[in-house]
Amino acid sequence: MKRGFLLVTLALLTTGALRLAANEVGMMHPPKTIVAGTGFSIPTSGDGEAALYIVGPAQVIRRNIKLGETVTFAASDLVNAGHYSVSIVSGSFSQSADMDVLSAPQAASISLLAKPSRLPVDRPQGISGVAYVFDTFRNLILQNVPVEFQLSVLSGAPSTQTVETKNGVAWIRMNSGAKAGIAQLQAHVESVSEKRVLQEVPSEPCRLKMTAQGAGEKIKLQTDPLRDCSGNAVPDGTVVTFTETYPEGIATVDVPLKRGIAQTEMPAHPGAVISVATGVVLGNEIHWGGAR
Amino acid sequence: MKSFAQILCKPILIAVIAWAALFASGIEQPEMRVGPTASVGPRVLEDQTEKVVIRDYKEAWQGLSNALAENRTDLLDADFVGIAKEKLINTIREQQKLGIQTRYTERSHDVKLVFYSPEGLSIQLLDTVEYDVQITDHEKAQAVQHLRTRYVAVLTPTEVRWKVRIFQGAPE
Repeated sequence: MKRGFLLVTLALLTTGALRLAANEVGMMHPPKTIVAGTGFSIPTSGDGEAALYIVGPAQVIRRNIKLGETVTFAASDLVNAGHYSVSIVSGSFSQSADMDVLSAPQAASISLLAKPSRLPVDRPQGISGVAYVFDTFRNLILQNVPVEFQLSVLSGAPSTQTVETKNGVAWIRMNSGAKAGIAQLQAHVESVSEKRVLQEVPSEPCRLKMTAQGAGEKIKLQTDPLRDCSGNAVPDGTVVTFTETYPEGIATVDVPLKRGIAQTEMPAHPGAVISVATGVVLGNEIHWGGAR
Repeated sequence: MKSFAQILCKPILIAVIAWAALFASGIEQPEMRVGPTASVGPRVLEDQTEKVVIRDYKEAWQGLSNALAENRTDLLDADFVGIAKEKLINTIREQQKLGIQTRYTERSHDVKLVFYSPEGLSIQLLDTVEYDVQITDHEKAQAVQHLRTRYVAVLTPTEVRWKVRIFQGAPE
């Protein structure tokens, strides 16, 4: 009982002595959190000269101070968000605390990634957009903010989705439009916006049909104008393959589209079967010298 | 004939060296815990990608620690790009101006991968990290503080590795 009382008394005395010593040398009371780019102050107590350090990977500050005075910092002094160690050192005495600098709540810039830069029309969930939102000091804003994504095409109404950021990032997936051409993906946060341009190109041809016409020992082959299922003309240069199979062998010709159609000539073998294809689309077959 | 003290001296010396080595290896190898990644999305995170991202993030901390301790911006090249690198370079330049150095000694990481972008061009992680920061002012050790906080990091793939593009401390 007596021993316990003694221990408690000793502990209280030690704590008191330490506090007294610290007060004599100096104490500081930094704010627990501040917002980046705002002024703040650190009151100190004690006597004498000391060095004050605010240290983090994103920024570092050192000040010579007089203990007992309040150290003030201007709005421009500490602008990088992060966790900081705050220390005062006076001779062999040092005291440390920590402080968080939060990103400013107002968005000032958006880092927008839109992919792919070129894609076929009518592709479900074909476009992805990722937006990272920053404040004016290029700190990632970690508080949730709504980001409006808008995909606009030359013809037709824009499609819009609003997504809240989580840990500073928001993302979406959107369908590509029905009409080929230039599309714009925009991300808006408050009055800040960022855009990326995408190229929507025609999809695979919807239907591939060819016709054949005899010309002496040759057959003239020609496709109908190629369009995708949304009516967009398949771009010139798309390769169409004509294949002729006859009893003695096989012949193949690859022809690029010109003005929306592909045409070629192949030898007229009686009983030949001629087929046409482009990409993954197979067209009609023609039986030459027999029933069509 | 050896004295009793001489007999005892060698094993004690070995034990001290062994403890010192153990202690030192403990400092160099911070504990790294990685949370489950099943819910990371929207892109599927392959095991191989996860391992490489964690490895590169861990190396980035070492790079940061060495760069800030030696005030050398070139030590950031291997691990940092973009905003993260620019901010760290500014810190090192400020340290050089003030004549101070800071040494970050990691104790533990508790990493959670939270976002892998649909096109695979960025990956975000949250790391609850414990570390000591030591301040040296004109070659004189001034203060050491143990800190625990959460870091938000965004890594992006480069030619051969993932580099840290955003690196920001935040309240837990």
